[in-house]
Amino acid sequence: MSLWRLAWRRFLRDRVGLVSLVIVIAFVALACASAAGWVARDWGEEAGVSYAPPRFLGLQVEEAAAQGAATLRPQETYGIADPLAEELAEIQKDLLGLSGTASRAGTLVFGGDKWGRDVVKKAIKGTETSLVVGLAAAALAAFLGTLFGAAAGYYGRWVDDFFNWLYSVFTSIPYLLLVLAVAAVLNQKGTATVILILGLTGWTGIFRLIRAEYLKHKVREYVLAADAIGASDARRMFAHILPNVSHVVLVQLSLHVVLFIKSEVILSFLGFGVGVDTVSWGSMLAEAPSELILGMWWQIAAATLAMALAVTAFSLFTDSVRDALDPRLQ
Amino acid sequence: MPTLLGVVLLVFFLFNWVGGDPAYILAGKIANPESIENIRRSLGVDQPYWVQLWIFIQQVAVADFGASWSTNERVSQIFATRLGPSLTVLLPLLVVSTILALAAAMLVAYYRGSLTDRAIMIGCTVGQSVSILVYILVLQYLLAYQLGWFPVQGWGSTFADNLLVYAALPILVGVVVSLAPDIRLYRSFFLEEMGQDYVRTARAKGLGEGRVMGLHVLRNAAIPIVTNVMTQVPGLLAGAFLIERFFSIPGIGREVILAVERSDFPVIKAVTVYVAIATMVINLAADLLYRMLDPRVQLK
Repeated sequence: MSLWRLAWRRFLRDRVGLVSLVIVIAFVALACASAAGWVARDWGEEAGVSYAPPRFLGLQVEEAAAQGAATLRPQETYGIADPLAEELAEIQKDLLGLSGTASRAGTLVFGGDKWGRDVVKKAIKGTETSLVVGLAAAALAAFLGTLFGAAAGYYGRWVDDFFNWLYSVFTSIPYLLLVLAVAAVLNQKGTATVILILGLTGWTGIFRLIRAEYLKHKVREYVLAADAIGASDARRMFAHILPNVSHVVLVQLSLHVVLFIKSEVILSFLGFGVGVDTVSWGSMLAEAPSELILGMWWQIAAATLAMALAVTAFSLFTDSVRDALDPRLQ
Repeated sequence: MPTLLGVVLLVFFLFNWVGGDPAYILAGKIANPESIENIRRSLGVDQPYWVQLWIFIQQVAVADFGASWSTNERVSQIFATRLGPSLTVLLPLLVVSTILALAAAMLVAYYRGSLTDRAIMIGCTVGQSVSILVYILVLQYLLAYQLGWFPVQGWGSTFADNLLVYAALPILVGVVVSLAPDIRLYRSFFLEEMGQDYVRTARAKGLGEGRVMGLHVLRNAAIPIVTNVMTQVPGLLAGAFLIERFFSIPGIGREVILAVERSDFPVIKAVTVYVAIATMVINLAADLLYRMLDPRVQLK
């Protein structure tokens, strides 16, 4: 029986792993559906009033908001007619959802943001962005790490020296500082930029592990046998050894997805991440400080819930995969 | 040394090659070719790359990175004034979080497999999955804004004031954030040691559990713990970006974020190089510390 089938059997016995796998699949499906435009396509539509409260809180919050707005009205005019009075009144009416121009809902399922966009739809769209960034950056980092690690471990000598030097250079700068420095240099926002930044700076951990595996494997009998029947270096590296270390790559890939999702949130929050026309959990959190002061907690709650669920599921899934692939570790 | 040279090369490559022409950033939106030419000449960007590299190496060697592009403050001056506040927050944070995490991890490792252990481990996994941003936002909102126990943000003028009043909440947030991953890690270190024969021997000769755990196990688990604490230090030096930013602490982390926002390359370059040097020094210190903790360790 192959390693993968054995691992799958062990995995099936792990209930925590199975539940987290289901949640991870659900998140990926949600992200795919969102990318295909089946759900949350109209996330940018201003469906509700500004800061529309969640539906389950009902109208009491709305009334409180109305009172809050009413107390704002009286103002000393010094006998001069306010030239903006009409517009202000219009804006105020608009804010309270009384404006006749748009039929905006007073409440939304889980509340709305400053522009009255549905928070749930934003969270779904944010899931898509964050997962795409996490998966793509992890794939890039795993590719680079595997390639470098394979070359360093297999060829040894000056190739090894060179990549070890590169590794020590990259690891002597704290990860977040390196990411920020690259972000400062590139100075352009966008999902692709974030993926590049995270992928190009995050390959070091994978490199070290893969290099160690290749050092171990290249002197094994099966590799020597492959050498004896005349397999080329590249064939030995990638057709013979790589399948035997692929479980390490898989576990690391999954670990790095979590790391990169968290980093993307921080980058986007600081404004160095995804563009302004894209929504991610980080950009949702970035709107939270000013909302919290006004007592609007639903957007930060939605982003936090979505992120905590996805990241917890991914972490537990990683643990289970590792246990299933390497039963000696407990 | 080769690593430092590599860092210098990497930083140079990033900022002078990938970063494009700084003159366009400096000259602003309404730039005429003349002023761009002037800026280029004063920065030495019109020189060939190897001359620029040599200028940069000289800057690193004499620790003079020139002046900030946006405030015109000397970079060395920025460092001298920003290091104090950073350390005021970071050193207590490191000490408190390490002690708390060690105590909790020892407890959890001792009762491994029990309900407490599993509850705390699940709590740590969930706690780790929430972004540090959320902790900062929520704690700042609840404890400072709503309850008024701490100032929302700001920085005082005397050291005692800073440490006890302004740094208290940032330290608390930092401890809460770092506790979950630290407990998980230290627990695994303790578990590794607790299976060893010497623990059984110590118990067999009648030592109390407190002495076995607190002395024998702790000392043997010290090396990986010291490694972990030491590797956190350089990250902390620059990594408290978010905490410093939210609480308006005039430290290095906040300076880095401001510099990135303003494309202030000299400051970022200097921080990157200095922190890399600090990392190397700390790694050396960690090696020396291993030797003190465990005389069997051979330094190559």
